[in-house]
Amino acid sequence: MAEAGSNRVPETGAFFQRDRQWHPPAFTPGYKSSVLRSPQKALLSFDNTLSELTGPVFGHAMLGELDNDLIHNFAKPGESAIGERIIVHGRVLDERGKGVSGVLVEFWQANAGGRYRHKKDGYLAALDPNFGGCGRTITGEDGGYAFRTVRPGPYPWPNGPNDWRPAHIHFSVFGNGFAQRLITQMYFEGDPLIWRCPIVGGIRDKAAIEALIAMLDMQSTIPMDALAYKFDIVLRGRRSTLFENRPEGN
Amino acid sequence: MQSLDRLKESPSQTAGPYVHIGLTPNFCGIGGVYERDLGSTMVKGETKGERIELRIRVFDGAGSPLKDALVEIWQADANGLYNSPAELRGTADPNFQGWGRQPTDMETGVCLFQTIKPGRVPFRDARLMAPHISLWIVARGINIGLNTRLYFSDEEKANAEDPILTRIEHRQRVATLIAERQGNTYVFDVHLQGEKETVFFDS
Repeated sequence: MAEAGSNRVPETGAFFQRDRQWHPPAFTPGYKSSVLRSPQKALLSFDNTLSELTGPVFGHAMLGELDNDLIHNFAKPGESAIGERIIVHGRVLDERGKGVSGVLVEFWQANAGGRYRHKKDGYLAALDPNFGGCGRTITGEDGGYAFRTVRPGPYPWPNGPNDWRPAHIHFSVFGNGFAQRLITQMYFEGDPLIWRCPIVGGIRDKAAIEALIAMLDMQSTIPMDALAYKFDIVLRGRRSTLFENRPEGN
Repeated sequence: MQSLDRLKESPSQTAGPYVHIGLTPNFCGIGGVYERDLGSTMVKGETKGERIELRIRVFDGAGSPLKDALVEIWQADANGLYNSPAELRGTADPNFQGWGRQPTDMETGVCLFQTIKPGRVPFRDARLMAPHISLWIVARGINIGLNTRLYFSDEEKANAEDPILTRIEHRQRVATLIAERQGNTYVFDVHLQGEKETVFFDS
């Protein structure tokens, strides 16, 4: 179903094969939770069918005004979340470098003290009554997105006897096809905990880890208000269908 | 030599134990940010098709159901059309988005979807695939989202000729992708490891 009133021809080519050497493998024993939750048999590989090439569309109409403002979307009127105010912005691209427009990006995080608003989180850092920790937005024409939040704190977690997560923001991203679905985490430039984290360490290639570290972006700050970090997210690219084999010919 | 000038996909990282905060905030007690959790209701009165329930559990290698997982499903409408811009064969049921999202229950590990039975969708050649629903599973301990499909036990003939099911080398593993019909409910147990390990996809 082409978008009403749009001249854009939807792309229907198969997605580039996923480079599973670049992603963390399922079994990373340094991250203990993966031990019993990692499939051990070979994955079944096949070229995308319509079931993978298609995916849901989310319209801007679903967004509330404060959905991309974590400083205020859970705060009492006139109040705001405590912490270092930051803007996180970037683009959702595909592996061809094209901006991916109109896709839903969701994010969640701990508060400035490193505490999540979740009954399973027992860390002794205090909850912030004005911070919920979730937000979402939809990318613009060029794949761009932005939101406002506070910088999350690092926190200890039960894995090794003294493991700490680096400060991070979780991202969930849709593309145009269900096979592009991705969840990842954004880290902050200069955080020494990144290189000590067993979850990060599941990624074998240093360049892949660096692809998840957002840079301080002084050109996007708001003076006297908020610092800014730039974080681009790359989804699987799409093959051209120009010369695809078809029984009936092209 | 020139460069291909391609980017690499962002590496996946686990959704972690607090995935609910981001994806189903109302479910975990964070009210007032979003009106409702996205994907929690798939079917309206006007939606065409046979109403069914999916009852899904995800088991770890010790046989315990995951109580902190999140499952998303993606499926065609009753006529086998996807509600997506890349669907060029026709217009899908406007009252059915075809996408759903549910957490596994924090006490029981059960994950329920109220949806409709999808129609058949063609494979890359003209053959029809058996009716199926695509699943994507994330949780703490899962480093990269797991893709698989749910097929239906009462579609024996279609399943027998399905181009994906027929390429599974170890035939006894086909059963890991077939949900068992019990009334209007299809029961689907996903096993992350072990003898009954579900066939997961790389597509």
